[in-house]
This record gives sequence, structure tokens and C-alpha cells, in this order.
Amino acid sequence: MADLITLRVTRYRPENDTEPTTQDYEIPLRKEWAVLDGLNHIKDHLDGTLSYRWSCRMGICGSCGMTVNGEPRLTCATFLEDCAPGPIRVEPLRNFPVIRDLVVEIGDFMRKLPQVKPWVIREEEASIDSEYLQTPAELDQYKQFSMCINCMLCYSACPVYALDKDFLGPAAIALAQRYNLDSRDQGSAERMDVLSAAEGIWSCTFVGECTTACPKGVDPAGAIQRYKFTAAMESLKAFLLPRGTR
Amino acid sequence: MTGKAQYTQFHPRWYRPRVPVLWWLRRRSYLLFVLRELSSVFVAWFVVFLLLLVYAVAQGPQDYQRFLDWSAAPGIILLNAVALSFVVIHSVTWLFMLSPHAMAVRLRGRRLPAAAIGAGNLVAWVLVSAIVLFLVLG
Repeated sequence: MADLITLRVTRYRPENDTEPTTQDYEIPLRKEWAVLDGLNHIKDHLDGTLSYRWSCRMGICGSCGMTVNGEPRLTCATFLEDCAPGPIRVEPLRNFPVIRDLVVEIGDFMRKLPQVKPWVIREEEASIDSEYLQTPAELDQYKQFSMCINCMLCYSACPVYALDKDFLGPAAIALAQRYNLDSRDQGSAERMDVLSAAEGIWSCTFVGECTTACPKGVDPAGAIQRYKFTAAMESLKAFLLPRGTR
Repeated sequence: MTGKAQYTQFHPRWYRPRVPVLWWLRRRSYLLFVLRELSSVFVAWFVVFLLLLVYAVAQGPQDYQRFLDWSAAPGIILLNAVALSFVVIHSVTWLFMLSPHAMAVRLRGRRLPAAAIGAGNLVAWVLVSAIVLFLVLG
């Protein structure tokens, strides 16, 4: 008989519950199983009513972010064995409204993301036959920030976002920096107003938990602090230099 | 089918968890963050204290002596001891934990690791302290 481990899963059924409750499930403790495999086992064999999001099982899609034992984690990359002996607490991501069980509502981020224009902006498009060449060093400038998978672990870890929902947030700012630092992009001035607003970079107090939580090594906290420097220099330039030279 | 389909927007009853008042005790990093934010008050107090000292020195020996007597009061010593501990938290967290991660220093096309920047800050700190000590004691 295989070893068992308990998953203590937060349930919230809006049609019945006024607030979340927990439910324990005994699942096999297998060496190769992540928490997500455990949830799939519950869904397939124990309780089909459990709701949660997942897709790729390999840390690419960013759907399966949940709070595991109090920490924001991708459940596909959090192994049961590492959480043994249990019970393993599986809760929805913090700082978001809960729709049902482990499913959270991330519309707030989806509305904020396009505000920073996360795409390459060109003043003039090159002809269709030409390419925008880039050296490895130029790629290296932004590559780290391009690894973001929008999993929302950084928003879940951020106490500033918890207290102030108007904060643009770590991933949106890191993704703006991904394009600002891209040698092919010419849109940094267009992103500046949103980024350097009070709800943008200046809300961040550099707790650093977003970087700790990030499963892809993006370092949003570093991106925000670096942009603070950029924004401060731009304000200084705007103040000191005549308009034509900026 | 006749006419346009009527859609009613789905209004689920979302559960919105409240942030507990003691959220900053949840994690060591949150507590450190709150202490670091609080430390700026004590940094400000040290600036005020220094300005009072400079003012007293400028007023002459009598005022300076009065300032020294006032500083030796137990309440002020206690306040300064607490302030010192907060200023140490402030310096250590900013110099060695935060600024190395905020600074992207490139050397020969490669980004310096955070530990190297932290070490650089430490060396700069020791140098500045040595100069201050030399000025005060020398």
C-alpha cells in the first residue's frame, strides 16, 4: 500500500457558502507527483466538484498558481514529497477575489496590463523585407523580464497590492520594462505616464517578496527600482534641460 | 431565431478576503519591511538631533553644555539607543539587502552579481566611517 498524504483544500461554493471552508482529501504520496497532480487525483477519483485552474503542468502557462502552505506557488512545480508529512494546505492565491474553491478573479491585472502597452512600439515600421537585428547583449538587457508567465504569484505576495488595489503591480511593471529595455522598441515615452504615476512605481516600497515568489526568476522588484531611477532622471532632465534637447 | 439573444451578465458572489490588521506579522520579510519603513522616522530624529547639536554649538559654550546635559537625560539616551538600532536596520537592509538588487551594474558586458555590489557598498561604508573617525579623533 502506497503512502498517503492529506491535502487540506480551501473550498468556496458561492451558491451555498458565505465564506470559505476547508476539506481534507487523502491522496497517494508519490515521488513524482506535484500538488497539481494531487488535485487532479481528487478531481478524477475523489470529488469532481473541486474547481481549480491548470493547463500545461510544466511551469509555462501560469494558470495553476495557488497558496501552498501559506506560500504563493505554482502547484505544478511544488512536489508533494517536499511538503511531507502534511497536511498540505492548498488555498487560492491571496489578494484576489475568489470565484470558486481555488479559482481567483484576475480581471484587475488583465485591465492594468494593456495600460503599460506591453508590445514593441515603433515610430516607423521598417519595410516588410527587413529585420530588426539584435545582438546577444541587447537581448540580454530584457530577456529576464520576458520570462514572465502572468501567473500572479507576485501580486499574491505583494503587501502593497494587498492594501492598495490601485497599485499597477509587479508583473505589469516588469513587462513594461521588458519592452522599454528592448533595443527594437521606441515606446518608452508612451509608457512613462502610467509607470511613473503615484499608483505605478512610486507605490512600491521594495518589500522584495514579488522577486522571492517569482517562479521564473524575473525579479520584478529589481525592474521597479531600476525604473524609479529612470523616471527620476527623466523628471530631472525635464526640469533642467530646455525642451529641444530632451 | 427571432430577435437578438438576450444575455444577462453573470454576477457570481465573489469572496473578498480582508487583509488582517496584523498582516505584517505573517512573514519575517513583511515584519522586516515594516520595521525598515518605521526606521525612517528614527533617521529623521537623528537629523533633528544633529541640527539641535549644531545649533547649540553655534550659540556658544553655555548652550552646548545645556545640550549635553539634556542629551544625558535617561529618556533621551533611551530614545537614541532605540533610534540607533533602527538606523542600523535601515543601513544594513538598504546597503546590503536592497540596493544590490536594485542596481544593475554592468562590467565588460556582464551584470555584476548582487553580492559583489553589496561587498562594494560595505567597502565604501568602512572607508567613509574611517574618514569620519579620523576627522573626529584625529
